[in-house]
Amino acid sequence: MKTGDTPLEGEVDSGRLVVMSSRVRLARNLNGVPFPGWAKKAERQKSLERIKAVTCILPEMAGAMAHSMDEFTALDKQLLVERHLISREHAAKTVGSGVVISESEVITVMINEEDHLRMQALMPGFCLREVWRVIDRVDSELEEHLNYAYSPKLGYLTACPTNVGTGMRASAMLHLPALMLAEQINQIIQAVNKLGLAVRGLYGEGTEASGNLFQVSNQTTLGERETDLIERLIKVILQIIEHEKNARQALMEKRPQMIYDQIGRAYGILGNACVQSSKEAMNLLSLLRLGLDLGLLHGLDHKRIDDMFLLTQPAHLQKHANQKLTAEQRDVMRASLLRDMLKNVDRPKTMSFSPPESAEPGGEEPPDAA
Amino acid sequence: MLCDFCKENEATLHFSKVEGDKVSKIDICEACAKAKGYTDPGSISMLGDMLGEFGAGQVAADSEGLRCPVCGFTQASFKKQGRLGCSTCYETFESGLKPLLKAMHKGERHVGKTPRKAAVSSESSDHLKQLEKELSRAIREERFEQAAQLRDEIRALQAKTSPGTLL
Repeated sequence: MKTGDTPLEGEVDSGRLVVMSSRVRLARNLNGVPFPGWAKKAERQKSLERIKAVTCILPEMAGAMAHSMDEFTALDKQLLVERHLISREHAAKTVGSGVVISESEVITVMINEEDHLRMQALMPGFCLREVWRVIDRVDSELEEHLNYAYSPKLGYLTACPTNVGTGMRASAMLHLPALMLAEQINQIIQAVNKLGLAVRGLYGEGTEASGNLFQVSNQTTLGERETDLIERLIKVILQIIEHEKNARQALMEKRPQMIYDQIGRAYGILGNACVQSSKEAMNLLSLLRLGLDLGLLHGLDHKRIDDMFLLTQPAHLQKHANQKLTAEQRDVMRASLLRDMLKNVDRPKTMSFSPPESAEPGGEEPPDAA
Repeated sequence: MLCDFCKENEATLHFSKVEGDKVSKIDICEACAKAKGYTDPGSISMLGDMLGEFGAGQVAADSEGLRCPVCGFTQASFKKQGRLGCSTCYETFESGLKPLLKAMHKGERHVGKTPRKAAVSSESSDHLKQLEKELSRAIREERFEQAAQLRDEIRALQAKTSPGTLL
């Protein structure tokens, strides 16, 4: 799969320093059946049953979880959104829509979201080519059993014209704390937008970028081959990784005090606070992740920090507590969970004070009382 | 449709807002979108802008508006929802969609993956034509044994690629 001079993704970000996860999703529809948003309830239910049955027999889906959306509680749906397994729009669906999730949670097929099928492969780390291979195979297998709406000229026909053609959206979740601290992030976003790629927040379209997490994805779907789109995205992400690494290096050289301070404070608050909002926790965890990358923090690894990001989300907390919690209760529980998780993590490296060389012993500063 | 916020300007942007398990639609004008921070640089705003133009042009040309013969979807519903009704809508609204797709995407023709069935059917339709030609020549030249063979081959191919094999 390696093409041209683009290095293998894994080699570049082997330590998962920047790319948290990679995902490719495909939109497909059944020929001759109205799109879900326009179909009657009976039509939706019929297509749901058909697609669900076909999806469940795929070898990749052995042991998969398959449900109609009305079988979930609001909390369970929110849990799936937090795990990036279904979209927020899909969480709002009830009868006539459904989801099939593979045992490993790598493959998800959303049924009757905006399109009849929205299938995705999602894996941790920088592995866009791999997730494409996985979902491409699932798509080819489903196509054996379903008649897709397809035109030789326009490709796969989708409910929204923005997805027509390949029906593909490839995206990666990037952790960019140094570009944020160095206030270079807006320049990067603008440059990426100019290249025809979209930058979004944690949960996709229109969401805020908390925890210094950004999703970068292709914007257009018609006129380019899937693999070309993916290679283009990889090239841009490689450049963003480079910028982030440079920004980290520059901050450590020029403003070490600020970096040590930020990471020390993040550790201090997360390890001692008794009330912790979701947003604050995300931003502090982002700093801990940066501290780990910069070698200032030991006794933790990326997986553990990425788990903390996930386990302290509202629905995950409530699932853990096995009951519905108010926002205030969640903040207390989140703080307690984070304190526990950091119990065995050593204090991050600190900078000790060294007096400026020009200062004379004893100093000429007037005493505080003056 | 008027903007939900100022109730004065024509709404050109259309968002779905999700809170918990509730989805509400927001129709908003450019100015209010900027003021309220609904400025996703992505597809939605671009789509909204162009839908405005698409709808306006079409409505002026034909006040009745087009209606998809398969699903009954109208261009008014497209303007409102930004989504089409069924795959045939792409043919029904082709003239209006063409400039929209051109502005939205890198190219105007699909060059990516092809479902195996579609690939097989276009390949086999070429193959079928070829076989049919050979068959008529064989009959003309009274090579009946070969003609019978060709006829069987054609039947087999037709059975394999006939539509209506949904599940």
